[in-house]
Amino acid sequence: MTDIAAIGHNLSETLKKYPADYIEAHLEESQASHITYRGRELESVDQTTAIGGNVRALVKGGWGFVSFNNLDDLSNRVELAVKQARLVGREQSSFAQVAPIVDVLPVETHRNPTTIPLTEKKKQLDEYLDIIWHTPQIQTSTINYGDNQKKSVYLNSSGSYIEQARTDTALHLVVVATKGGEVQQSGFSLGSRGDFSLIQGLHQQVAETAQRAVALLSAPQVKGGEYTVVLDPILAGVFVHEAFGHLSESDFIYENERLRQIMTLGKEFGSTELNIIDTATIPELRGSYKYDDEGVPASKTYLIREGKLVGRLHSRETAAKMNEKPTGNARAINYRHPPIVRMTNTYIEPRSASFTDIIGDIEEGVYAKNWYGGTTSMEMFTFSAGEAYMIRHGKLAEMVRPVVLTGNVFTTLKNIDAIGNDLEMNQGGGCGKGAQSPLPVSNGSPHIRIRHCLVGGR
Amino acid sequence: MLAQVRRVAEKADAFVVSSEETSVQFETNRLKHIQSKQSSSVALRVVCQGRIGYAATTNLEDSPHLIDMAVAAARFGIPAKFELPVISTYPRITIFDSKVESVSIEEMIKLGEELICRLREHTPDLLCDAYISKDVHCVQILNSRGEQISYKQTIANLSVWANLIRSTDMLFVGDGESSCHPILNSDTVAKEVLQQLDLAKHRTQAPSGLLPVVFTPDGVASAFIPSLIAAFNGKMVLEGASPIGSKLGQKVFDEKLQLRDDPTIAYRPTSRPCDDEGTTSQRTPLIEQGVVTNFLYDLQTAALAHTQSTGNGHRGRSGLPAPSPSALVIAPGKVSLNEMVSDIKEGLVVEQLMGAEQGNILGGDFSGNVLLGYKIENGKIVGRVKDTMVSGNTYQLLKKVTAIGRDPKWVGGSLNLPPLCFSKVSVASK
Repeated sequence: MTDIAAIGHNLSETLKKYPADYIEAHLEESQASHITYRGRELESVDQTTAIGGNVRALVKGGWGFVSFNNLDDLSNRVELAVKQARLVGREQSSFAQVAPIVDVLPVETHRNPTTIPLTEKKKQLDEYLDIIWHTPQIQTSTINYGDNQKKSVYLNSSGSYIEQARTDTALHLVVVATKGGEVQQSGFSLGSRGDFSLIQGLHQQVAETAQRAVALLSAPQVKGGEYTVVLDPILAGVFVHEAFGHLSESDFIYENERLRQIMTLGKEFGSTELNIIDTATIPELRGSYKYDDEGVPASKTYLIREGKLVGRLHSRETAAKMNEKPTGNARAINYRHPPIVRMTNTYIEPRSASFTDIIGDIEEGVYAKNWYGGTTSMEMFTFSAGEAYMIRHGKLAEMVRPVVLTGNVFTTLKNIDAIGNDLEMNQGGGCGKGAQSPLPVSNGSPHIRIRHCLVGGR
Repeated sequence: MLAQVRRVAEKADAFVVSSEETSVQFETNRLKHIQSKQSSSVALRVVCQGRIGYAATTNLEDSPHLIDMAVAAARFGIPAKFELPVISTYPRITIFDSKVESVSIEEMIKLGEELICRLREHTPDLLCDAYISKDVHCVQILNSRGEQISYKQTIANLSVWANLIRSTDMLFVGDGESSCHPILNSDTVAKEVLQQLDLAKHRTQAPSGLLPVVFTPDGVASAFIPSLIAAFNGKMVLEGASPIGSKLGQKVFDEKLQLRDDPTIAYRPTSRPCDDEGTTSQRTPLIEQGVVTNFLYDLQTAALAHTQSTGNGHRGRSGLPAPSPSALVIAPGKVSLNEMVSDIKEGLVVEQLMGAEQGNILGGDFSGNVLLGYKIENGKIVGRVKDTMVSGNTYQLLKKVTAIGRDPKWVGGSLNLPPLCFSKVSVASK
């Protein structure tokens, strides 16, 4: 087997010699396994391995990037990256200085899901499959389980050398029910930092998911329009990620003068109750790490404090260009891509309201739970619920078909008028940006209430 | 490697891809990145004691480990029902142009600069991100029947995404094109983006209710295509999850509607002589005069469904083959977009629908925010709308299409779509 650490050490000696303002290299080795069920059958079991790397060079503000699977002749790769960067560079490089770090983090061997026998994983999933198929009117289902372990080496021309490893486990389950020509589906996603026990013991949740898919067949669809909407912690987490998280990624704004004016620190986005945080420093969450892919230590960043914009997420380049401190948010999904500014674990801080307080005075509204997905264009965003109920006279009423909600970042956050006391983090998400998807992140929130939220429907 | 595999497996095939891609990227009007990506991968499918196993690696030298992993997976695999194809003669489908290889980085930079310059002459405040790339890749498929095919493909891309910000109002416009030929000028993309800028110049209040809506090719792609891709997937049909799975030969859609899968169009990035299992490429009609005529299959799914593969076995770079369209083509109609608009007293044109793929796609429901769309008043486009949701159901709407446009467009490289007009679509706005 190729030893990426040895290759990294050799390369590390040479990076200083090239005519560039900054050079970094990533080397990566990974193994993954997947188990997929479709319908009543196990459809596939597969195992994959990958090894590869990249070199990125900065010259006069221009970037060259070379990625490869073949680790021979790395000096040629470095030369090509430098040559490309020179072709692009036309100004002065801005790149935040970070003290060189040499650190070799231990591989977490005590709970590597890739070493759990396939039979054991399969046994757990078989139990879920059995529950699904004991539910009447189920047409089909898919269960996707995957785990991977990745070892990576980061080195740069200022002398940093970092070895890190991470494991990741994910479960995605969808149940489909049909009646006549109607098709309805329900599902959930879970993830963990390689802890297989979080994938276990979900029998109750699986049963409820299957029953919900069936119940949706006879549920009405909500009428489109503006509603007071209450989001559960999972969907509110997706909301905070889409509605505000992406706008705080500085690579969208650092060279966009008008956006910079809109996003000046101190600008009011919400009520004084609203605090939004991004941090990669909480152990065991899927978005966590010790160093980002530019060798910067992870940090905790308040994005919004008491309703006002107080911080944003940076790479070393965006931090330097905006005269702010690097936050350690440059991440790449794998060695095929350069790091870009990404969220890690993003959440709304809990306040004091109970769920009963939150729905108590709503005459007619929508309670939206769970998630299908979300997306943003910066100003406008959408996010979709996996489950929805009407709220009538302060109480939960009939189930309706899942809804898609939309909002505008400059008004919707201000329309949050209640924040609950029940923070939960959702570990099932993967974030997409540019061609890089899905990146492990988590997001969370307590229950929140939003006034005047636009809901799509018949 | 296949010789080694034959000792432990009854059947096997290997799918080997290697590629070299170079791209030039502009951010906020300025050249920012040049990237080169070399990649290689080999995927191995084996059948051991009648069961399918699968493994993949990027390390072409490590075949013993790859074989071990695939054989280990086969212990849990499903029974193989398919026969590997005997590779006969493939249709001659031209997808390689050596001129793409020889396009220089300087020429790619110039193309991007030219495009951004043209857009900013029209709208000086526009901030453009542009992406220009060229890609050469080789695909090789070998199987244990001793068959082998390899082909080489070139792909060139040009795309631009631009924003215009006035106070807290943001406008996003953009377009792209791709081809197996080099892209030598930015005329097509520039024309499209300039038209979007002109139409979006004025803001106007969107109406609410059930209204006539024209979906441009991009709008059709975001609203209807995700549902159709799921519904025509042979696997969904086999599982009974496709709403049209039991309706082969029945008229489910408007009789004006014709949809086909077509991997044979010359110089398209989605074309290829065979699919990723070595099955010969064919044109597959999916909807003819509103009637469901075929579904898309790979080898295993086709065998389970007692039918033939349609040459739609798709592998990505890892994972077992699964049915997937190559290029979906909706046949154009006779009406121009302007004629569609001129017939509408009050309605919308939907260009980009954000988030529409996030709902119950299988059931055909979609609901999205109009990221780019225009209001129609008395037969004319009067300005851009915002804070508007458009919702509907693919099957209900495609049952009665008011008009199909005569000018189709490639969307995202793999969809060739005309505009579609409907008389009643649910619109909710603030």
